[in-house]
Amino acid sequence: MESHELKRIDLIFSNYTTSKYKVLERTLQRDPDEIINELMDSGLKGRGNAGFPTGLKWKFARRNEAETHYVICNANESETGTFKDREILERVPRKVLSGMAICAYCTGARKGIIYLRQEYAYMMEHLQNELNIFHQHVKEFNFDFTVEIFLGSGSYVSGEESAMLDSIEGYRAEPRNKPPYPITKGLFDMPTVVNNVETFATAQVIFRIGAEEYSKLGTPLSPGSKLFTLSGDTPKPGIHELELGMTLQDFVKEFGDNNTKAVQVGGASGYCIPQKLFAETVIGFEGIPTGGSMILFNNSRSMYKVLHEYLRFFTEESCGLCTPCRIGTQQLLKGVEAVKKGERPVSYIDVLIKLALSMKSSAKCGLGQSVANPFISIIDNFKEEILY
Amino acid sequence: MSETKTLIQEYIALNGKSRNQLLPLLQNIVQHQNYLSEEAMTEVARAMGLSPADVYGTASFYSYLSTVPRGKYVIRLCRNISCMMKSQAEILSAVSAHLKIKVGETTSDKKFSLVQANCLGWCHKAPAMMINNEVFTELTAPKAIQIINEYQQK
Repeated sequence: MESHELKRIDLIFSNYTTSKYKVLERTLQRDPDEIINELMDSGLKGRGNAGFPTGLKWKFARRNEAETHYVICNANESETGTFKDREILERVPRKVLSGMAICAYCTGARKGIIYLRQEYAYMMEHLQNELNIFHQHVKEFNFDFTVEIFLGSGSYVSGEESAMLDSIEGYRAEPRNKPPYPITKGLFDMPTVVNNVETFATAQVIFRIGAEEYSKLGTPLSPGSKLFTLSGDTPKPGIHELELGMTLQDFVKEFGDNNTKAVQVGGASGYCIPQKLFAETVIGFEGIPTGGSMILFNNSRSMYKVLHEYLRFFTEESCGLCTPCRIGTQQLLKGVEAVKKGERPVSYIDVLIKLALSMKSSAKCGLGQSVANPFISIIDNFKEEILY
Repeated sequence: MSETKTLIQEYIALNGKSRNQLLPLLQNIVQHQNYLSEEAMTEVARAMGLSPADVYGTASFYSYLSTVPRGKYVIRLCRNISCMMKSQAEILSAVSAHLKIKVGETTSDKKFSLVQANCLGWCHKAPAMMINNEVFTELTAPKAIQIINEYQQK
């Protein structure tokens, strides 16, 4: 495949200093169905990583005639290697609040909640000030909508939308059975839209520039741009807004250190892509999607250590509710340690792969299901490093 | 009335005792007392009409709601992959040696606790550390110790 230079996009963080909620004011004059149609036309899919079409989510919530609706902004950003939501909330919170307000306008919600992870408590004062300004504006627009912050207490799985609802209600953040999905039966059993911070900010961008303009970026299956958070062995760590649909080869050419042997796309729950697959791997919903996390590893890194760290992470963060995830994460960790030490035969790896696959099909939520992603992709591509 | 009881009663008087107040109330206690004592959890259960097991079960799920005593300042060193790649282990051993405590322990003057945390969200500026809510990034071992010494003076 020929190589392309990556185009830098600047939509999320730009056009802000003069922002006085003009986009919100303008959008609140429009017909809700028309707004939702524009969002669907833009092709925006959830920027947290799950990739559900945002317009469709809003449409389903709008259809529900329940008296009370909620809008929740998922700011429990805990995926390893991800820090975009923190930057968005620090630098352009009004875009997020505009997105939430427009969602509320379309779905009939009067109350919004930002679920802020405890690690970001340092910005509480900043956000509270922003909320005060926001509330003044919506009042001037004659729109009845208030947002409050719910501070998390430290848990990765709280980022799973139904677990987040339980957490807000005062329980352990354990995922619910689905269906019903939150858009049907969410917070306090009321229809609830849960979107990621970046999704709300991107919605604001779409209502500013229009769906047509926005969907010119990216590819037909992954329209638009998104924020990528880079860390690991890269001379350019930080946040970069890029079009979706790039190949990993172009990405590494731009951001690698000329010695990149693998990239972990999507954090601990994502996939490890080795150098030999860079050219054919597309970053987007037609290939490997990511919530933004891109961790680069160069030739000095032990992939056994990488795998071990991911498994330790999952073992610690598994909520313990379902057996495949609770026991599976522990057995995978013990298993790779035993093979490495020679306490188990090399063939035991195949047993572990079977276990990971059964977790993928039987765990209750995305956390347990996704453990197989790093496990199998690292073992498939770096077997020697894992075994010996 | 004990200090803990007063704290709980004041919170409930202000915010009510519906179930969704449980986590904010527990956070509030941790903020004042650094951790959730058995007395605090039992008292919360009584005041909110829940079983102590329910309160403990909920609290112990979350990493910031400690049910073991913690110091005034909780040092959280990020241990995830990006920080691991930037030598967080060296910082951990330097801090541990400096305070003469291991991970999970608290100094005898009850000033510092040392814990390892999962991703703090500063991977591009690894390695990262939090002391209570304050964030420090691009650490080196001497820099981390200097910061801790500044807290020591507080």
